[in-house]
Amino acid sequence: MALLDIRDLAVSFRTRRGTVEAVRGVSLSVARGETLAIVGESGSGKSVTSYALMRILDAGGTIKAGELTYGGVDLRRAGEREMADIRGREISMIFQNPRAALNPIRKVGRQIEDVLLRHGRATRLNARARAIEAMEAVRIREAGRRYHAYPFELSGGMCQRVVIALALACDPKLLIADEPTTGLDVTTQKAVMDLVAELIAERGLSAILITHDLGLAAAYSDRVAVMRRGELVEEGAAAEIFARPQHPYTQKLVAATPRQGVGVRELLPPEARTPAPPPRIGSRPLLEVVNLTKTFETGDGPVQAVKRVSFEIRQSESVGLVGESGCGKSTTSAMIMRLLDPTSGAILFDGQDLAETPARRFARDPRRAQLQLVFQDATDSLNPRWSARASIADPLARLGRLDRRARRACVEELAELVGLPGELLDRFPHQLSGGQKARVGIARAIALEPKLLILDEPTAALDVSIQAVVLNLLVDLKARLGMSYLFVSHDLQVVRLLCDRIVVMRGGEVVEQGPAEQVMGAPASDYTRSLLEAAPRPPSGEAGSRGLPPRAVPL
Amino acid sequence: MTDLAVDRPAPRPSALRHVAYVLRSNPLTLIAFLLLALLLVAALFGPAIAPYDPYASDAPAALQPPSWSHWFGTDNLGRDVFSRVLVASRLDLAISVSAVALSFVMGSVLGAAAGYWGGWTDRLTSRMLDTIMAFPLFVLAMGIVSALGNTVENVVYATAIINVPFYARLVRAEVNIRREAGFALAARLSGNADWRVLALHIFPNALPPMMVQVSLNLGWAILNAAGLSFIGLGVRPPTAEWGIMVAEGANYIVSGEWWMAVFPGAALMLAVFTFNLLGDGLRDMVDPRLRT
Repeated sequence: MALLDIRDLAVSFRTRRGTVEAVRGVSLSVARGETLAIVGESGSGKSVTSYALMRILDAGGTIKAGELTYGGVDLRRAGEREMADIRGREISMIFQNPRAALNPIRKVGRQIEDVLLRHGRATRLNARARAIEAMEAVRIREAGRRYHAYPFELSGGMCQRVVIALALACDPKLLIADEPTTGLDVTTQKAVMDLVAELIAERGLSAILITHDLGLAAAYSDRVAVMRRGELVEEGAAAEIFARPQHPYTQKLVAATPRQGVGVRELLPPEARTPAPPPRIGSRPLLEVVNLTKTFETGDGPVQAVKRVSFEIRQSESVGLVGESGCGKSTTSAMIMRLLDPTSGAILFDGQDLAETPARRFARDPRRAQLQLVFQDATDSLNPRWSARASIADPLARLGRLDRRARRACVEELAELVGLPGELLDRFPHQLSGGQKARVGIARAIALEPKLLILDEPTAALDVSIQAVVLNLLVDLKARLGMSYLFVSHDLQVVRLLCDRIVVMRGGEVVEQGPAEQVMGAPASDYTRSLLEAAPRPPSGEAGSRGLPPRAVPL
Repeated sequence: MTDLAVDRPAPRPSALRHVAYVLRSNPLTLIAFLLLALLLVAALFGPAIAPYDPYASDAPAALQPPSWSHWFGTDNLGRDVFSRVLVASRLDLAISVSAVALSFVMGSVLGAAAGYWGGWTDRLTSRMLDTIMAFPLFVLAMGIVSALGNTVENVVYATAIINVPFYARLVRAEVNIRREAGFALAARLSGNADWRVLALHIFPNALPPMMVQVSLNLGWAILNAAGLSFIGLGVRPPTAEWGIMVAEGANYIVSGEWWMAVFPGAALMLAVFTFNLLGDGLRDMVDPRLRT
């Protein structure tokens, strides 16, 4: 018999716009020792399903119908006290953001103790030893010392390990991992997922892996369920579902995932593909970065965030700046964007050194219009009190030379260019979807027709199908407006789709740079190779053409 | 284009409909706004609707208990307490609203500058505000009024000064957390000078918590002004003002003429209660994120 059985689950939320059916008639089961992946884009109801079975739905959310049975216990009708015992001891959860899941002002060891004591797994006398054991079990080195650390003193990956230790402290039988590696670097993601898979195998756990990443689901699960808008569209063995997707939605998802050997146009559904514009890379360098260095003065002495970085971008060329968090790529792009002053080095733009104008005065510099940025998080980059129209018009009003009426026309033209319906222009950011906000951000950045556009992980917060559309939009815009791109990202597969050349950074230094095919195909440095290997192998779109993705750890 | 296809064309809700929604969703807010309307009517039309002249004394009718002809009774000079309470609302509201407006503006400017530029601007402003906060505020207000002179304007200035730190600290914190937000950087990239980023992009986002502060503060400012006149500072008799009326009536409570102090006191309480209730509703109204 299955350990967990969900039958015809329906969950609805009361909102100001009326009732929203978040989950509609979903049936799933998880056998003992099995890992089920639930894959879907935002709003698909994949997280709500797991919250429903833990009975931790937000206010306004109710289970409308269906049966939830866990090992013979009716979870839907269980009392609150019974649920409190089940949570943690029988079913436990790893949350998306490890920093938010930990209490910021309590030592991590103490937090593990709390769970152990709450479920009677330890006494006051041995709680500390047990907590350290639990930390060692998730391969935290020097657990005795880390016991005293606060969450902010640990890296993201280390925090996620603590969260895993918390989840596993009471030997649950079912582990729910809700996007456990979102926000982590690829190499950390691999380390964390390998650890989770290993612990699952070691302890014979059942698990539900909730993710939007098909590659991750393929690599770390036995069975995959695909959800869309609250409904289950397809379910099957992990290898099977990616090799031969049956449902059109699954096919679209698989096709939209960036992977080796696939061009940016092929991410789109066949009917939406238009011929790719031919590359027209100029011969003159637009931007030359020479020995750029940035040193931050901190309490513990100077920290060199960027060390003598040099590269160039030619006209209409796309250069990818790749590296993991803390490698200095954001600092480098902030200096080029003139938001930060470099400690030394030159930023030659069209032959003039931009570094000579201090960042503080650059806002009123005429060259400001030629350097623009598309932000990583579109939501954060739009003023919540400004409508989309006002946000797009702002750079035109400040740096453009248009009167009010011309500006209005220009904004409408820009909206059309980025594929934003005109009637959405008067909405506020929170009334727009993720993809629409990304378009507003792009429209604002290209409003002044910049020569260089820095793209700071512009699709990191987007679903794969929308990412595919936005990446294609960027390719088209580049061809139409003749801009150069500096694409900052940690995801080599996405960078490859857009970039002619790639610069790989680590620890503030450039470790490798060269044409995209060369860096991706025959990386010269070990670091680039480890980055490439750490990315979960996205499933191949063509049936069986490349074989099935191997599971990371055999179960 | 999936993200666009699923979108239904929702009608853009007007500001009025948003206000209606906020009022409907929280009955307490509705009560608060009804009470506010009552206060505003009293303040605007008080002299016109008052049944008696609030300053006309009528010795034979002195110290009468509440009755049909004098709802709130009469005072020791035979003046109608109801008319005086009604007329006093204009002065009391005017003092508190102008004091709060002054401290809102001063606090916003100081706090926004401190939060945005940090460093010396911040240190100087913050220590200055700490100095104000170090005094018992009512005693400080008394000191200011007696130093500047015993007038209504000086009551307004004193009330404003002792309230500035609350606004400044709030704005400073709100601005500080948004200084490095994506939309502030984007505004700089769009060619906005620092003051523009601060005033047009960052500051408006601090409005929702400010509204809560404003409404709580209005109640507090009324109490403060009434308190000052109660001890004989600021407004002087025979002006109709709630604080003075309570002070005058206090002498008669012992002899049983309770209505002289209780009714202006109740009016004072009602005003403070209204403003305190108002906070949440005002915040919801100025927060665009609550509009769907």
